[in-house]
Amino acid sequence: MEKILIADKVVKNFGNFKALNEVSISVPQGSIFGLLGPNGAGKTTFIRIINQITMPDEGEVLFDGRKLRPEDVHQIGYLPEERGLYKRMKVGEQALYLAQLKGMTKNDARTKLKEWFEKFDIGPWWNKKVEELSKGMAQKVQFIITVLHEPKLLIFDEPFSGFDPINANLIKDEILNLKKKGASIIFSTHRMESVEELCEYIALIHESNKVLDGRLLDIKKQFKTNTFEVGLVTDRKDDLMRDLNERFVVSEADFKSLEDDLKLNIKLANGDTSTELIRYLNTKATINHYVELIPSANDIFIQTVNSNSKTIQANAL
Amino acid sequence: MKKLLLIIEREFLSKVRNRTFIIMTFLSPVLMVGMIALVALLTKSSIEKNTSVAYVDASGLFSPDDFKSKTIDFENMTEIGFEKAKIIVQESSHEGLLFIPRGDSIDVIAEGVQFFSEESPSMITVGEVENLLRTKLENEKMVQSGIDLNKLEASKVKLDIKLSNFSGIKSSKLINGIRIAIGMGAGYLIMMFILIYGAMVMRSVIEEKTSRIIEVIISSVKPFQLMLGKIFGTAAAGLTQFLIWGLLITMIFVGSSYFFGVDLSEASNSNPNMAVQQMDAQMEMISQDENQTLFTELLNLPLVSMFVYFILYFLLGYLLYSSLYAAIGAAVDNETDTQQFMLPVLLPLVLGVYIGFATVINDPHGTIATVFSMIPFTSPIVMLMRIPFGVPWYQILISLILLLLTFIVVVWIAAKIYRVGILMYGKKTNYKELMKWIRY
Repeated sequence: MEKILIADKVVKNFGNFKALNEVSISVPQGSIFGLLGPNGAGKTTFIRIINQITMPDEGEVLFDGRKLRPEDVHQIGYLPEERGLYKRMKVGEQALYLAQLKGMTKNDARTKLKEWFEKFDIGPWWNKKVEELSKGMAQKVQFIITVLHEPKLLIFDEPFSGFDPINANLIKDEILNLKKKGASIIFSTHRMESVEELCEYIALIHESNKVLDGRLLDIKKQFKTNTFEVGLVTDRKDDLMRDLNERFVVSEADFKSLEDDLKLNIKLANGDTSTELIRYLNTKATINHYVELIPSANDIFIQTVNSNSKTIQANAL
Repeated sequence: MKKLLLIIEREFLSKVRNRTFIIMTFLSPVLMVGMIALVALLTKSSIEKNTSVAYVDASGLFSPDDFKSKTIDFENMTEIGFEKAKIIVQESSHEGLLFIPRGDSIDVIAEGVQFFSEESPSMITVGEVENLLRTKLENEKMVQSGIDLNKLEASKVKLDIKLSNFSGIKSSKLINGIRIAIGMGAGYLIMMFILIYGAMVMRSVIEEKTSRIIEVIISSVKPFQLMLGKIFGTAAAGLTQFLIWGLLITMIFVGSSYFFGVDLSEASNSNPNMAVQQMDAQMEMISQDENQTLFTELLNLPLVSMFVYFILYFLLGYLLYSSLYAAIGAAVDNETDTQQFMLPVLLPLVLGVYIGFATVINDPHGTIATVFSMIPFTSPIVMLMRIPFGVPWYQILISLILLLLTFIVVVWIAAKIYRVGILMYGKKTNYKELMKWIRY
């Protein structure tokens, strides 16, 4: 698949501090790519390198198949986590100014802005000063400014922060809409449920290193433990438990059910399949509940970060 | 380039549309002229109201005709006697009581003169009284030693040296005063401009940092472009404001002296400064002929090249300092944190003005003036002050080249600090930190 962005062994040092250590990431065209990592991992530095705000010390960045050029900023839209607008400037004027800085003509920008203002139903804000708007309102304006010049690559850093659920949904729909129109999106967030919902691909940066990347589904497969959550109804619970413990790794599970089930997490040994488990359980009890435990993005995040921190700490010792 | 123009335009518009900016633009000239008019009126009224001094002349040397002064009304209390006069003066509105003792010789009398007053008297009054007494006593002494006062008066010569250069062009002494005025004016103007609009650049940088729009903008333009745009945009707003000020002040001056008959020049005339008094005296002496000389002299001043140099130094000086101001703005989170970085910027500015005022007037081509007109941080001010007196072209060239080179280096450093600083939050910055940023 074509890549909109390829970062190849990007290194960035700030004095003695290594902010990025040979980070290689490639973002497929037309996808939503989750850029994850704990605070201070180096995400923002990486995003700033894509935006050519800072230059990498080593490595290179390819955009749309070519080495990243200064004029490529016109093809990138960036919504930083720390965002704001000129407080004493009028909304419309400000949006026009920022759009022109992204290479749009004034007329083009005005037409498109009017469309967006209509779409978001905020036409009357045009002549208001930003300081008169609420935080959520200003965020909406900021979102429009980010996407107005229809860039090939959009970078959203925590796009939903500051929005109420209704507006967050509105923004989410617009992001999906932009993707449908062919834009590629880098999405940086700490909210794992939106990662699950939106991202096809993810990369995880931890302590300046990329520790994980790929298609989210593939990563989930890689992290799955062959564990099934089951609810069994039987009169002979104790016997069943004894038998199960002999064959599998079993732990208690917790979920809601109507019957007085035996709730268990059953981890299959290598080579065992789900079919065999069902067949076996079927002979012993009534199966009320049977679900494969899929690792959540949250689990993957925590597990990866913790294990990598440990190795790094161990190495340090 | 197009983006730079956009940034300049925005900076300019955001400045000139600002309410405080508009108010200051139109209010300051009115306030300034008002202040000057007030000073003029006050000095005028204080001159009109003469102080009164009582005197007791025990020596009998003086006649009432000797106590004639433009500013002091004397009241003779010799007949009442010193003791009584003292009591009367204490309760009256007299500024004080002058006592001239009896004495065998003039020197003894002179030593015994005393002035009594409730509060310490004004130096002008005391000076005037001293002058009167001294003239009288000196004359008296001369008469005693047999000098004919009339002959002495007749022997005085009125001398006024006419200046001209070797090619025979006459020049007026007054032109030196004008040179000083032009030089000082230009130097002072540059300092004020840098102080006002440099700080404005700094505040504008801080505003972008605190409003957090900075990251959005520099994802579209280079930080260096943004910095330059800010500096030029602010300069444009500043020049506009200065122009309006100049126009308004001239208009108000002309208008008020025309309509209200308030002669504002009186404020400066009443200045007890010696130099000004000398200038006044010279002014009075200028004949029609000399007026003509002065006029041609003015035209002979290298006005065009002076203007060109003014623009050059003005631009380079402003650019040099405002890029430093921009770097300071980027290094801090709010205006209160700027203090520690301001001193190194303000020091050379103030130094330039002081050096200019102290040395250029007396010796425009002396070592100190020459050296400081070469050092880049003071040269815009000091050199501009020297230029009306005629500076060799190679000195100007060296000074300009040094200034230009320094400007390039400083902008490069400032841009580095700026680039890193605008994205730094919450950390108290110190000089060590700044050095680190330059090396990033």
